[in-house]
Amino acid sequence: MGTPSAAEVAERAARLSYGRLLAILAAGTRDLPLAEEALAVAFARALEVWPRQGVPANPEGWLLTVARNGLSNLYRHDRTRAAATEELILRAEERADRAVQADERLSLMFVCAHPAIDPAARTPLMLQAVLGLDAARIATAFLVPAATMGQRLVRAKARIRELRLRFALPEAEDLPDRLADMLEAIYGAFGADWDGSQALGLPEEAIHLARVLLALIPEEPEVKGLLALMLYIHARRAARDGAVFVPLSEQDATLWDRDQVIEAEELLTLASRAGRFGRFQCEAAIQSVHVQRAITGKLNLEALETLHGLLTQFHPTVGGQVAHAAVRRLQGEPQEALAMLDQLPDAVRIGYQPALVLRAHCLRDLGRTEAPEAARAAILATQDDRVAAYLVQEFGRPLRK
Amino acid sequence: MHYMLMLNETAEEFARRTDPGETGAYWGGWNAFIGAMAQAGVIVKGDGLQGPTLATTVRIKDGKRHVQDGPFADTKEQLGGYFVIDVPDLDAALDWAAKAPCALTGSVEVRPVLPPMA
Repeated sequence: MGTPSAAEVAERAARLSYGRLLAILAAGTRDLPLAEEALAVAFARALEVWPRQGVPANPEGWLLTVARNGLSNLYRHDRTRAAATEELILRAEERADRAVQADERLSLMFVCAHPAIDPAARTPLMLQAVLGLDAARIATAFLVPAATMGQRLVRAKARIRELRLRFALPEAEDLPDRLADMLEAIYGAFGADWDGSQALGLPEEAIHLARVLLALIPEEPEVKGLLALMLYIHARRAARDGAVFVPLSEQDATLWDRDQVIEAEELLTLASRAGRFGRFQCEAAIQSVHVQRAITGKLNLEALETLHGLLTQFHPTVGGQVAHAAVRRLQGEPQEALAMLDQLPDAVRIGYQPALVLRAHCLRDLGRTEAPEAARAAILATQDDRVAAYLVQEFGRPLRK
Repeated sequence: MHYMLMLNETAEEFARRTDPGETGAYWGGWNAFIGAMAQAGVIVKGDGLQGPTLATTVRIKDGKRHVQDGPFADTKEQLGGYFVIDVPDLDAALDWAAKAPCALTGSVEVRPVLPPMA
């Protein structure tokens, strides 16, 4: 094996320190594009210089110094920027001096999820600024054209600079709302569907972001809740992502990633000690109930019903309401589940696939004559071929009219 | 940095200005808000405006002057006043905007002021 090559050290530094370095560089100037450019130049310099002169003792410090110098050069070349920028550079340098102790990433993350930033841009912004992902990769993960994603990011970064968004922790009174926005943005990167299945997104990167956040604010129970939730869902990918669709209640629990499940359970327990329940802890607790089935051999429907009821209080969503109704059906109350579905807005009742599937199940349970027609509607509304195949097996092939 | 707070008020709020039963509370609210900003030393300039019934809008079309009585757009909220404040960042500007009495009933639009031309 031997010592790692200069290229390997640079790559490692890029992976581990990107967000930290960018946060330090951008904190003084609030100019993300410029900081990104300076950092890219520094990494390029490293690849050029380190193989010849050897890897420096403190690679991160080296990169920061080179990027800082680059930043002041970039500023000097940009004539449209007034003399005030000199002061900003000075401030950036002051910050960089105490950089190694103070982690500016939390401020950077709060800026990315700032209420003055378009919600659709928050998740990509965070993936790019904290983890250094490029726009094309983010675009692919979210099925958005690369140009659209690039534009969204450029616009958001321009707002950060031109509006002067604050690179600092929010005031205590704003913290709960701002934290909720940030957690939402991280969960957005995970790309989970309503039922914990995953089609899109960057789950590993989202888990990484949550870990970064947890290290920065270890006392917040909802951060633990979010990380636990994502770990539970991620743990099931081997049981879920095969050629054939297997619903959660029928998955082979031995295929679940044990380490991730254990970590999730520990996080959830730790979170509960804070005595402040919230949306993500609630969602994680629901996942935990499903995991318990692997141990007890039986799904605790009563616990699920309680938790889904709580979730609709903390975070009312259509997906959550359908999931709640689905639990009522499993409890032997298809009539009640149907009544809950009927409360949903028309567009959801007619167009939301999970609601259509549940309706078909309930009508079949009740032996109603409309059941085959409901099953047909559910299958036709299903986009995922694996799920469609599963439903065909369950309900029989829909009759063509 | 300078931000303008554009204070948009509803018709009901404009009416409170002169309603004998409401006028005290209305102006009391604004005076408290303006006093707090003055005390913090953030005000660069600012004015209250007469209501939209006293607005006159001018446009030049085909070289001809078109004058219309009333505001440029008939919306539920109309500009009732403005302040330019000097604060370090948008977050601070939003904090002041949220304290304006019309944030409860109408809205406050916040925009950075263009820096002077070089």
